Amino acid sequence: MENKISGKVYVLGNDIDTDQIIPAHYLTYNPAIPEERKMFGKYALCGLPEASQGLPFGKIPFVEKDADRSGYKLIVAGKNFGCGSSREHAPLALQQSGIEAVVAEFYARIFFRNSVNGGYLIPFETPARLVEKFKTGEDVELDVRSGILKNKTQNTEFPLKPLGDILPILEAGDIFRYAGKK
Amino acid sequence: MTITEKILAKHAGKTRVEAGENVWISVDVLMTHDICGPGTIGIFKEHFGKNARVWDPEKVVIIPDHYIYTADAKAHRNVDILREFVKEQGIRHFYNPGTETYKGVCHVALAEEGHTRPGEVLFGTDSHTCTAGAFGEFATGIGNTDAGFILGTGKLWVKVPQTMRFVFEGTLPPYLMAKDLILQVIGDIGVDGAVYRTMEFAGEGVHSLNIEERMTLCNMAIEAGGKNGVISVDQTTLDYVRARTSKPFEVVENDPGCRYYSTRTYDAKKLEPVVAKPHSPDRRALARELKGTAITRAYIGSCTGGKITDFIAGAKILKGRSVKAETFIVPATTEVAAKLRTEKIDGKSLFEIFTESGAKVGEASCAACLGGPKDTFGRLNGAEVCISTTNRNFPARMGSMESQVYLASPMTVAASAVTGKITDPREVMA
Repeated sequence: MENKISGKVYVLGNDIDTDQIIPAHYLTYNPAIPEERKMFGKYALCGLPEASQGLPFGKIPFVEKDADRSGYKLIVAGKNFGCGSSREHAPLALQQSGIEAVVAEFYARIFFRNSVNGGYLIPFETPARLVEKFKTGEDVELDVRSGILKNKTQNTEFPLKPLGDILPILEAGDIFRYAGKK
Repeated sequence: MTITEKILAKHAGKTRVEAGENVWISVDVLMTHDICGPGTIGIFKEHFGKNARVWDPEKVVIIPDHYIYTADAKAHRNVDILREFVKEQGIRHFYNPGTETYKGVCHVALAEEGHTRPGEVLFGTDSHTCTAGAFGEFATGIGNTDAGFILGTGKLWVKVPQTMRFVFEGTLPPYLMAKDLILQVIGDIGVDGAVYRTMEFAGEGVHSLNIEERMTLCNMAIEAGGKNGVISVDQTTLDYVRARTSKPFEVVENDPGCRYYSTRTYDAKKLEPVVAKPHSPDRRALARELKGTAITRAYIGSCTGGKITDFIAGAKILKGRSVKAETFIVPATTEVAAKLRTEKIDGKSLFEIFTESGAKVGEASCAACLGGPKDTFGRLNGAEVCISTTNRNFPARMGSMESQVYLASPMTVAASAVTGKITDPREVMA
């Protein structure tokens, strides 16, 4: 687990469901096959309606046309991120696109488990809603150990909730390495 | 302890667990399908080795159901991966497309084939695995990594959820169905109203429902963010389960005085048919409030809305009438499909009633509930306005970004198909 994540932020609203993160017709790709696994990064978040694409502006594609990955490193979102289906292709797609952490008010439980147990990304929770405190494209830096999220563009910073129970799994890498250590 | 706490305690080898505690539990059944199976198998082999064996081939159930009737080559390749794995591992409970064993939608198939039993722990690589809570068991959806871990170890860690109780007093009037009850609840608590919690459904209104209707209730616990849905076991449950499996099981009840996170009580007689508006299952309105909203498509199908009870309810309304909107009928399983031909109303089979009304009847599978490949039966490929018995109406869920989906009971969907507009079923019921 890296200690610092820095790059550009992509901002989303509430209830971003897994159909928006990776629409069902791409689920025919098999994540166990490396060439097909990459495709999930290309199509990550392609199910977002235009108005939801990169708040507060909208119409900012998460992955540029013809690109294989996104230019964003971190997502700030509202409530219930990752609701809907159990498809692990959702955190996988975000990871393949280049996302290293998501900061949301809280998560749908299967997405949360998948992110942690599969070691795809770090699902941070924030005690206060941050959607309106960040604009898509701003430079951010997340200190993973201290749980401080900085908006470098606006020179502001926000404390996130401690990772708690999931920290040892994230540190081990995934549920397999965690269970192996125990 | 609640039903859920007791089942988890027993499977953790403990006498007691507290809500919020993380426990490692043993698994009774792991189910996977064609969408998540190949990835799960990949993870299993990556971590346990190319020649690894699953922990117990009797406890693994593989039910391809999502992308079956499509020309998509990768979809067929994925089913082939399952076929190969089943052969290699000696897995008996495999329901093979293109053969007599093919079933269709996994959650209904699990029940029909006797894989849902009171007191057990069932995990499935599908969020609607919570359907099986209708049998008084702990059932929930997981991802490929968790499923790959279970394949190798037969165990998984879970956080013990708190239980929210929803009590329906009195029996349902003839124009209400389980779908109305669950859309009512989700409208009240929101799509995040039960995140990380158990939703228990109780009261005369629930226990007077048949098992299929109870499955509809538990199926949509996930639509409020619930970890699982559960209904205590009664004679209806026992009759259904014993007719389908000879395996022993243990009935688990709530302890008197067990702690609930919350209790919400409804008078079933006072509820009215409801609809969830685009694009979220919690955007509830009364069907009569949306009277006159034009629709171009009606869809009866899926794990939550494609059981024989759903089709009987729809057929009673469609009988002797013609549909004004393009209408798709998709039985969840081959068993339901067979019953469409044998189940009759006034001497006419449901199949005849549907086709005579102008509806199209498809093959058993998940079909357009989640969009799927472009050639999927009933998929929304343009700006359709669809009223559907399925469980999700997120943007583009049934295929197209321009489409709009309203969720409703089979009665409300059938009534709307007849008029071409959203219609409270009371308006067309005899």
